[in-house]
Amino acid sequence: MQGQYQPLERCNDFVVKFANVNGSGSASANRLFTRAVLRMGVPATPRNVFPSNIEGLPTWYEVRISEASHLARHGDVHLLVAMNPQTWDKDVAEIAPGGYLLYDSTRPMPPAKLPRDVVVLGVPFTAICNREYSEARQRQLFKNIMYIGALSALLDLDLGEIERLIGEQFKGREKLIAANLHALDLGRTHTLETIACPIGLRIRRANAVGDRIFMDGNSAAALGAVYGGATVAAWYPITPSTSLAEAFQRYCARYRVEPESGRHRYAIVQAEDELASIGMVVGAAWNGARAFTATSGPGISLMQETIGLAYFAEIPAVIFDVQRAGPSTGMPTRTQQGDVLACAYASHGDTRHVLLFPEDPHECFLFGAAAFDLADRLQTPVFVMLDLEIGMNERLTAPLTWDGRSRMDRGKVMTAAALESASDFGRYLDVDGDGITWRTYPGTHPQLGSFFTRGTSKNDHARYTEEGAAYVENMQRLLRKFRTARRLVPRPVVDLASRPTRRAAIYYGSTSPAMQEARDVLAEDGIALDLMRIRAYPFQDEVFDFIASHEQVFVVEQNRDAQMRTLLVNEGDVDPARLCRILSYDGTPITSRFIVRAIADEAGGSEVVPLRKATP
Amino acid sequence: MTFVPKPKLSHPELPKNSLGLTRRDYEGAVSTLCAGCGHDSISAAIIRAFFELDLPPHRIAKLSGIGCSSKTPTYFLGRAHGFNSVHGRMPAVATGANLANRELVYIGVSGDGDSASIGLGQFAHAMRRDVNMVYIVENNGVYGLTKGQFSATADVGAKSKRGVTNTESSIDLAAMALVLGASFVARSFSGDKAQLVPLIKAAVLHRGAAFIDCISPCVAFNNHAGSTKSYDYVREHNEAVDSLDVIIGREEITADYEPGTVETVVLHDGSTLRLRKLAPDYNVHDRVAALAHIQDRERAGEIATGLLYVGPESKDLHENLNTVAAPLASLSDAELCPGEAALETLNAALR
Repeated sequence: MQGQYQPLERCNDFVVKFANVNGSGSASANRLFTRAVLRMGVPATPRNVFPSNIEGLPTWYEVRISEASHLARHGDVHLLVAMNPQTWDKDVAEIAPGGYLLYDSTRPMPPAKLPRDVVVLGVPFTAICNREYSEARQRQLFKNIMYIGALSALLDLDLGEIERLIGEQFKGREKLIAANLHALDLGRTHTLETIACPIGLRIRRANAVGDRIFMDGNSAAALGAVYGGATVAAWYPITPSTSLAEAFQRYCARYRVEPESGRHRYAIVQAEDELASIGMVVGAAWNGARAFTATSGPGISLMQETIGLAYFAEIPAVIFDVQRAGPSTGMPTRTQQGDVLACAYASHGDTRHVLLFPEDPHECFLFGAAAFDLADRLQTPVFVMLDLEIGMNERLTAPLTWDGRSRMDRGKVMTAAALESASDFGRYLDVDGDGITWRTYPGTHPQLGSFFTRGTSKNDHARYTEEGAAYVENMQRLLRKFRTARRLVPRPVVDLASRPTRRAAIYYGSTSPAMQEARDVLAEDGIALDLMRIRAYPFQDEVFDFIASHEQVFVVEQNRDAQMRTLLVNEGDVDPARLCRILSYDGTPITSRFIVRAIADEAGGSEVVPLRKATP
Repeated sequence: MTFVPKPKLSHPELPKNSLGLTRRDYEGAVSTLCAGCGHDSISAAIIRAFFELDLPPHRIAKLSGIGCSSKTPTYFLGRAHGFNSVHGRMPAVATGANLANRELVYIGVSGDGDSASIGLGQFAHAMRRDVNMVYIVENNGVYGLTKGQFSATADVGAKSKRGVTNTESSIDLAAMALVLGASFVARSFSGDKAQLVPLIKAAVLHRGAAFIDCISPCVAFNNHAGSTKSYDYVREHNEAVDSLDVIIGREEITADYEPGTVETVVLHDGSTLRLRKLAPDYNVHDRVAALAHIQDRERAGEIATGLLYVGPESKDLHENLNTVAAPLASLSDAELCPGEAALETLNAALR
């Protein structure tokens, strides 16, 4: 019954969800909203939930506004902007009691379709548009800007910031600016005239954004590849990694054109499939270029054989895996951390690969660049494990930084002069015990240093042999090299609870903001957690020391089969009973609420630390 | 199998090329293929072609997939880097290698299993991308290392050594290369070195993807009566469209030919291909006619060989990608890394 709820009163801490139709041009309007909130100094985190479709299917854009800088998905919806009648029932049902519903009231919804415990706000967007515009496309596009105008009135969002953003976006195209500002004003004015503004949800200028930037992980990783010196990129289109390759193209066009000739200091090939894209990467890297591919789970599956070759022939290759929900085509536009095992042990035979787990766009950039040094130093494939959540969504992240003194570390590469002064060159000869051997690039020296690369067994001078002893020696050396990798890859980040605790949580990648928020909530409930964020595989000893020093360790991940937990058990001979699975894998980004509930349930059943029970 | 080093000594009178190198400097390890294998003749032709082209062996990169043919890069150009990659994936690996360093000469060796079956897709895309490389398929119509199964180039009606008749239609890689837009397409026979060596030389000099389908009989599994890839069969049915002389640089042409019987093709580096026509009215620049001729000869039970098609100077992959003149692999930090200042500008634009 209406009237039995209290309309929500929240300032700088609520969720706005936009329900739109794919292909209607809503994305840029929604992004404008988020950026206006950010310009007011209030952190906002958008998530684009979209279908595998070009036009017509539902799409959602959810913005969490949080002055406290909680960047994870919240889980509640406080204001729904319902622009898609197809999903009305489901969308409306998500609104928290006391929340708000803004909808196009050109054709008013029958009362039975309206929720009883939320504030319903109707603006006849279509009617205004039809009155104002004659062209269908204009009616569609300006309707989007119009609801931003309405929101500016409802939420007390600074109109000036929106206007400035429109001016920046369409700089130099005055007609477009004027048309957008007009539409913005139409929506705002009508709202101010018909609805008591602002509503209970408000945005108040703050200073909580700081110097952070707003960027998606795929772009950041691509920029990392530019800074890391990648010159060859071979890829095959696959969601959600496509935008990484496209961003590399964009940044190369900006930063990698030879000024005097206009020619490119890069080569990008859209390959015929992932078999070819990894083949090109391996060929280019063998020949001395820094090369990478970007793909997602199904692409990783196709690349398996060549990844095994690169491991065994010891060729540096960088693979960005922007993970999505599998298996098979799975949920191609939904997020997951589902490829951890597929990448860690990719290919046939005994293989192990270096994995990096960036938590946000800032680390996507850093790891995206560092992956090339690592691959060169270790002469092996290196996987940068993004997922759709950080890859395709823009995120507030620390500004990108670069040490101008850093130089590409090409690892153990013998020059012509080095070959002449060396007593012996053996491609697979471990001269200093770290398992990493010296290589030469093709064409280096007329007489010295050439070798034949093969995936088949060879001796330490790269000559074909099927001798068991030589094979075993080589495989043992590869293990030694993998141990060396532990020293080179990023170390885990440990964040201890404010008081000593025997409980801990291990997490990685895009789970970061939800885990940090959950830890604070759990601490208030009396469950203190030490945190460890794993940033790379192979695992350092401190990962296993951390596990050993706690009685109960939650491993929080976004897949069904607890893949990181499996990897930990397998690599560290950890007693599986010590590692408790916390798994979210419905395709939506993990929420702090989910983690809090799951850990509270598990912790409640244990006798490690007495819990303060909630009184009924 | 053992690794047998060849004796380092060679005859002091061995002829030297302009680099002062002998043919021996272009050899590789001792072949481990069967005695009489066509592939070894092709390796010998490759050695001779590179020797005669005066190319420094270490500036050549040799790549292959998997199979008997793909083993052969070990047996030639021992001073060159080689890469025996993955079954059917030589074209992609060679494409990547070529992207990294446009200054080297690339020779890819593949087989009919490698290129017509498992790697058909990669073969097709390397042709249409016009990767600057020599692409040789050592075509014997049979899988050797796995003991005699038909490959996709086996002709309908051909009999296997075990007496099985092939019923699936064969893939003609030369015809495919033509359709796919390759700018240089040739067919030859491992038993005809006089034809093969100039073809390899021309393929090396050609800029873009140069494809040679080289029929190369398998003495172990496909050299019996009933095979259409045996030495005897190919000798009997080989019908060359032209005979090729390769003139490097701007040497004076001294020989006399009857008017209308010789066609001269000048390559981008100034070298000249002189084609003596063996099939009347054959036009080596006409892709459609070349395809028609190949198929016409096939219908007549003959195998059209020679330089089948050479296109007008085409743009190779590097030109299409507009890459810099220097090898991408050689670019420095300063040329590749935009640096701190660019990042600050970028950060500012993302607020």
